[in-house]
This record gives sequence, structure tokens and C-alpha cells, in this order.
Amino acid sequence: MARYLLLKHYRGGPEQRPNAREPMDRWTPQEVSDHIAFMQHVADTLTERGEFVDAQALSPDGTFVRYDGEGRPPVTDGPFAETKDVIAGWMIIDVDSVERAHEAAAFLSSAPGQGGKPLEEWIEVRPFLSDVPAEA
Amino acid sequence: MGAEGVAGDRLGELLRELGPPVLGILVRRGADFAAAEDCVQEALLEASRRWPTDVPAEPRGWLVTVAWRRFLDVRRAESARRGREDRAALEPDPGPVEQADDTLLLLSRCCHEALSPASAVALALRAVGGLTTAQVAAAYMVPEATMAQRISRAKRTLAGRRLDRPGDVRAVLRVLYVMFSAGHAGEVDLAREAIRLTRQLEAATDDPEVAGLLALMLLTDARRAARWTAGGELVALADQDRGRWDTAQVAEGVRILQGALARDRLGEYQAQAAIQALHDDAATADETDWVQILGWYDELVALADSPVVRLNRAVAVGHADGALAGQRALADVDDGVPGADAVAAYLHELAGDREEAARRYAQAAEAATTVPERDHLVKQAARLRAGVRRDGRPEPGGETEGRHT
Repeated sequence: MARYLLLKHYRGGPEQRPNAREPMDRWTPQEVSDHIAFMQHVADTLTERGEFVDAQALSPDGTFVRYDGEGRPPVTDGPFAETKDVIAGWMIIDVDSVERAHEAAAFLSSAPGQGGKPLEEWIEVRPFLSDVPAEA
Repeated sequence: MGAEGVAGDRLGELLRELGPPVLGILVRRGADFAAAEDCVQEALLEASRRWPTDVPAEPRGWLVTVAWRRFLDVRRAESARRGREDRAALEPDPGPVEQADDTLLLLSRCCHEALSPASAVALALRAVGGLTTAQVAAAYMVPEATMAQRISRAKRTLAGRRLDRPGDVRAVLRVLYVMFSAGHAGEVDLAREAIRLTRQLEAATDDPEVAGLLALMLLTDARRAARWTAGGELVALADQDRGRWDTAQVAEGVRILQGALARDRLGEYQAQAAIQALHDDAATADETDWVQILGWYDELVALADSPVVRLNRAVAVGHADGALAGQRALADVDDGVPGADAVAAYLHELAGDREEAARRYAQAAEAATTVPERDHLVKQAARLRAGVRRDGRPEPGGETEGRHT
């Protein structure tokens, strides 16, 4: 088994398909509910398959921080204008193969949007580096 | 000893029930709270190893003996290290006879002002609620080792502080309310735990504010089943199916609140409970007695002013005196206060300005701190932009397609 991080972005990454461009507060309430229910369905389905590890959502607010020498306060940068990539949340899965990770990411990306049509939102898939080296 | 034992859930329940009173006995005998808590945890661990095959005839007495012996060992080791004999530690006063309830004694130690509310809640859940570290960790969705460290650090903070005064009940109530508000995200239902502890405390004290807090919790928690859809979405008070409210719990809350108010020592929790009682009393949202609710918010401002109280008061003003009066009341509150956007949106809708209401709801959604709240706020904006009223009927003259405003 191998772990993968499925990242959803608020913005950034390849240009989104038309369905994923309209902000959610401009959908109908039913479309919003259907979308939320589908995300839960994805998590439930992955849990049933024994592949779900974790899912978290992130606020769009964020700041970059770095060390600036002993005794000095941290340096901060941000929040950023619309041009920066911003992560919206993640799901962590534990699956048999990279193909299966891509399949799960595509399933997530098929979440319904306006008119019940799939959003086709880009999902970034990142393999975890494992803690335990394989026995030689 | 017989070969009989207890195991599984029954053992868990038994240990949970016995831990807090055993700790109370040690503390009343004069043991330092932090050290006593360690010793009780060790005694419980020992019990969980032995009792599955061999449970003692007097389980509580057994735990007291084991914990006290452990405590003396620690004291002896410490005095040896300090190179001086501490007779009092070796032969302590047996202490006053057992009291009916140590809840306040123990809670006031857990809720010391030197601790952050989060640490105080964690410590109280273990020391007074009798939960295991693993259960407390699950309630806060952090690893068990993290929670164990949080509790240890809290106890280190308390160690050496003088704790012989009965403690500030206000600080205890604040911590219990934080516990209640954390709700029930994990496997442990913190709202229920908070109600259980507050109930215990209420039985052991005669402070009407303790009763007020218990009433507030019961009256709020009574709406729990209606507060969430089957799919896990949040439902606003005005939109809840009131048939799903727990009327027995409302009745109990009202009875406790009336008893507290009759003592004529009003405080913030009684005032908040009175507001929730008035909401619970309305058969439909339209029948809500906003004039009385506003009266209680005015009391609350006088008793415990805060931006959050003023935000909620602005909503009550909006209903009692009209949307514009509500907006004027809101103007007194700083825009940056969490929740200000959502209240502004609500009042704009009440005033008939759907466009601005939708904009403020969308803004509130971006600043939301929980997923259910964010989703709820996004849906409010979506609803307004689709030209739908709160009750689900189309707005007169509103767009019905309405996604391109």
C-alpha cells in the first residue's frame, strides 16, 4: 500500500474547466447541497474500500512565515493577491497503486456542480515518502 | 480473593466511575493535586491489569490504598532527594471524612486561571470526568501522546501553586461552557460530558449561576437533533423542525432556570438561559417573543458585555424594532468581530436588501472557522442569489433561475 495526498486548490494550477470557475455562492442551494453530499459520498466510498486516511479543509487565509535571526520576530508575508496558488484542502488515501490514486482523484473531481454536471476540477496528486524502507 | 473479575466495557465504566472520587479523597487528605492525579492514573492502570481476573471486594478502597501508597512513595523519594525527613508526608493526617461530592473541589483545581481553557478542559475531562487519555485525545482529534503531554504540562503548571482555597466558581463555569461548546465531533460527546459535570456541580453547590449554566446547556442541547440534516448540514434556528426538539429536556431546563431566577441573584448564564428558553418556547419562528429576548440581551450587556453579545443583541433588535434599528445596533460593533458579516447579512435580508445580504454571506463564508458553518453561509448566499426566501418559497419578483445576478 502507498499513501497519496489529493490536494484541492482554491486557485492556482492548470486553468480550470468552465464548470469549476463559477464560485459556489452563485450556484443554487440544491446544487451546493448535492456537491457537499457527493464529497461525503467519496469519503464514505473510500472508507468502505479501506483506503481513506484523512480529509481536512483549509481556510483561504494564510501567511508565509520565516525565521529572521536570533531574538528577532518572525518575518511574515501575505495574505496574497489572487495570483497565488492557495490550497483549499486535502484528502489522504492509502491505496495499492498510483493508478488507483489517480482513479480516486478523478472520482473526487467528478463532484457535481451547477446543473449537476461534473466540476472537472483539477486535483493535485502527491505520493508520500514512506517512513519505513523496504527490506532489501 | 475470588477468581471473579470484571472486563471490557463494564471494567471501563467502573474505573471511570471510581477515578474521580478516589482523587477527591487523596486531595482532601492533603495530597498535591497534580501528584495525586498521577497516582490515581497509576492505580487505575494497575486495576485494569488485575481486575479482569480478580476484582477486590471493595474496589474503591483498593484504589485509594494503591494510589495513596504510590503517593507516599513519591513523597518519600522526594524528601530523600532533598535530604530531609518530612514526617508529615510519611504519616499524614487521615483528613476530614469523605464528603458527599468533590466535584467543585476537583474542578476548581482543573480550572485554575494559570491554565488555558483547552488545557483546563482536557484535565477536567480526565480528573473529574473520569475519561481515559485516549478518550480525551479522540474528543479533540489529536494523537494520544500529544494529549498526554498537554495534560502533564497542565499539571506541571499547577504543581507548587497554592490551591487550598475553594476556587473561583466563575472560572469553573467558563471552562465547562467551553467544553459544552466543543460539541461532539469525535467519539466522545463533549456536550454531554459538560452537562454531566455541570449537573454534578449543580447538585453540590447553591450558586444560581451554576443552575443557570446547566439550564443554558439543557435548553441549547434540546435542539440538537433539529440542528443538523441527515447529510450533516447545519440548520439555522429559524429553519429547524421544532417537532424534533427534545421537549422533556426543555421542560427540565425551564424548571432549573425558574428555580435559579427565583433566588434573585441574576448572572450572565441565567440571562443566556432565559434567551434560549424563549426560543424553545416558540411553536414557530414567527411566534418568537423578540421583545422579551431583547430585554434579556439588555440585561446581558449590563452583566457581561462583549462583542458577541452585542452581535446577537443586534439580531434581536432587528426583530423587535425593525431591520433598520438592528443595523443601527450593529453599527456599534467592530466590523472585524467574528460573526459580524453573518449578522450584517441576516439584517440586510430582513431589510429586503438581498444583493448586499448575499455579498455579506459570501464574505462571512470566507472567514468561517468550521466546515459546517462555511457550507451553511455559502448556501445562504446561494439561496439569496437564486431568489429564494428563508422558508423556501420564491421571492416575489425575484429571479428563480437566479445564478447570474
